[in-house]
Amino acid sequence: MTEQPQPERQPYEQSFYPAVPTRFTKAMRTNLLWQFFRFVILNIKMLRMVRKH
Amino acid sequence: MARLVILGGGIAGQTAALHAKKRLGGSHEVLVVTPNSLWNWIPSNIWVGVGVMQPEQVTFPLAPVYKKTGITYFQAKAVSIHPEGDADNPQPFVTVEHTSHEKKGQRETVTYDYLINATGPKLNFDATPGLGPLHNSQSVCTFDHAAHASKALDELVARMQRGEKKTIVIGTGHGTCTCQGAAFEYLFNVEFVLRQRKVRNNATIIWISNEQELGDFGIGGMHIKRGGYITHSRVFTESLYTERGVKWITRAHVKEVGKDTILYEDLDGNEKTVPFDFAMLLPPFAGVGLKAFDKQGADITTTLFAKSGFMLVDGNYEPKPYEKWLPSDWPNTYQNPKYKNIFAVGIAFAPPHAISKPMINPKGTPIFPAPPRTGMPSGVMARQVAFNVTDMMQGKSTVPTRQASLAKMGAACIASAGSNFWNGTAVSMTMYPIVPDFQTYPDTGRQLRYTSGEIGLAGHWIKHLLHFAFLYKAKANPFWRMVPE
Ligand SMILES: Cc1cc2nc3c(=O)[nH]c(=O)nc-3n(C[C@H](O)[C@H](O)[C@H](O)COP(=O)(O)OP(=O)(O)OC[C@H]3O[C@@H](n4cnc5c(N)ncnc54)[C@H](O)[C@@H]3O)c2cc1C
Repeated sequence: MTEQPQPERQPYEQSFYPAVPTRFTKAMRTNLLWQFFRFVILNIKMLRMVRKH
Repeated sequence: MARLVILGGGIAGQTAALHAKKRLGGSHEVLVVTPNSLWNWIPSNIWVGVGVMQPEQVTFPLAPVYKKTGITYFQAKAVSIHPEGDADNPQPFVTVEHTSHEKKGQRETVTYDYLINATGPKLNFDATPGLGPLHNSQSVCTFDHAAHASKALDELVARMQRGEKKTIVIGTGHGTCTCQGAAFEYLFNVEFVLRQRKVRNNATIIWISNEQELGDFGIGGMHIKRGGYITHSRVFTESLYTERGVKWITRAHVKEVGKDTILYEDLDGNEKTVPFDFAMLLPPFAGVGLKAFDKQGADITTTLFAKSGFMLVDGNYEPKPYEKWLPSDWPNTYQNPKYKNIFAVGIAFAPPHAISKPMINPKGTPIFPAPPRTGMPSGVMARQVAFNVTDMMQGKSTVPTRQASLAKMGAACIASAGSNFWNGTAVSMTMYPIVPDFQTYPDTGRQLRYTSGEIGLAGHWIKHLLHFAFLYKAKANPFWRMVPE
């Protein structure tokens, strides 16, 4: 387990306004099944970019 | 037999040399002049900078690769270009100074028929007093800088493990810096490592940069479709900084890096300070300072190079305001307009202007990013130029026929945000074109279909794979051409 950063969100502070991901969104970023699927999609996207040159 | 000389064996120079030699075979000579004995996959230096890789994992010796491929190798740095030869001989040549142990400091001339300048940047630490590993801040621009940064970070972590609170500042060390992406990667890799080592709560982490807004990255940011909106990269970048507890200072020109305080000027002209215990600030880039002389020996450096030291090619360098910038200002063939046998690729060519909008504070200090020239476009332009030059050498064409304008080229870019096979992440971005084209895509300057960004573990896997793929390719191992630029 890695340590989590301390939340620094205070009203009217810089960090009060941006959108922050929900726990679900964060979990999906390291969910192996979902990320394997994204791995395939991202490779296709990049190859499409390579083919455009 | 004609000779192609390539100055610089970095990402662009190596790509150009391998492609040119493959096409020319034994019929013509390819000669590379580069000062280092090791090739460095620079993008992985950020992992060296946090200790997850060692310098040996991001470098390899160049000599065996050149021997295997039949490329002539001069371990030397170019000093001057003589495109008209000299009073005795009209054959163009470059003067080089050897850097190898045996021949260090010796000068000689190397004649050429075609010349590709791929000398990359001079890391201009001198632009800011106190900047750089010889003074008060760290760098990850070279593998030895990165190893030095890693050691300093280890010492800092040890102190935090003893309960001390520390402030870490990462970003750009001057108002005209480029390469914000590299600093961004280092920022989040440091943050990730601190969490892994369970000292994150003892660290205040601050980003400082010359960007107008977070997420600019020197390309004016980019818009992507996400969650039913077309959203600027600023939104996602601010979100990531907030999520990871990083504070940010933008629109900043770092004026001086003291022992423990950074002095900066903001876009309103105010001077402010930020204290630090560990700082990694990128230097601004300039050309490497090559000189040029005509056949009488008169200095013609300004004919060949812009004031920044980068080489003039077929771009439109007429000074004009942001509102008048056009995609067609960007070079297509990277051929010098006066000396048609000279080309410049990668960071070495002079961009016609920035991509981000220029901002100048009331004191006259410019505070905006210079245009980045990342690995993928550097490789693509190097390949196209190598193909054009080899066609010209083989008599297949008298002019360059292939183009590689950054205004007509897309890029894929992966920015690491933490290195771990199971819980690392990276931001994967694609964009088309690199230089926004507001005539063709009036709202965002780019084609949304090809412009995307997302963060996740998959990006880290790809970044890691690319590390091996590009080292494999640069070593000219079998089927190296299968690895795209
Ligand atoms: C820390 C860091 C991370 C990065 N991460 C990424 C990334 O993730 N993705 C990406 O796409 N890009 C990344 N970049 C940018 C990428 O490294 C550059 O786009 C790329 O290196 C440019 O290639 P180049 O060949 O023009 O310059 P370089 O790779 O710098 O090569 C220039 C070469 O010329 C040599 N040279 C210098 N002076 C002379 C001389 N007088 N005579 C002869 N040779 C000379 C140098 O020794 C060097 O070998 C990163 C950059 C940095 C600093």
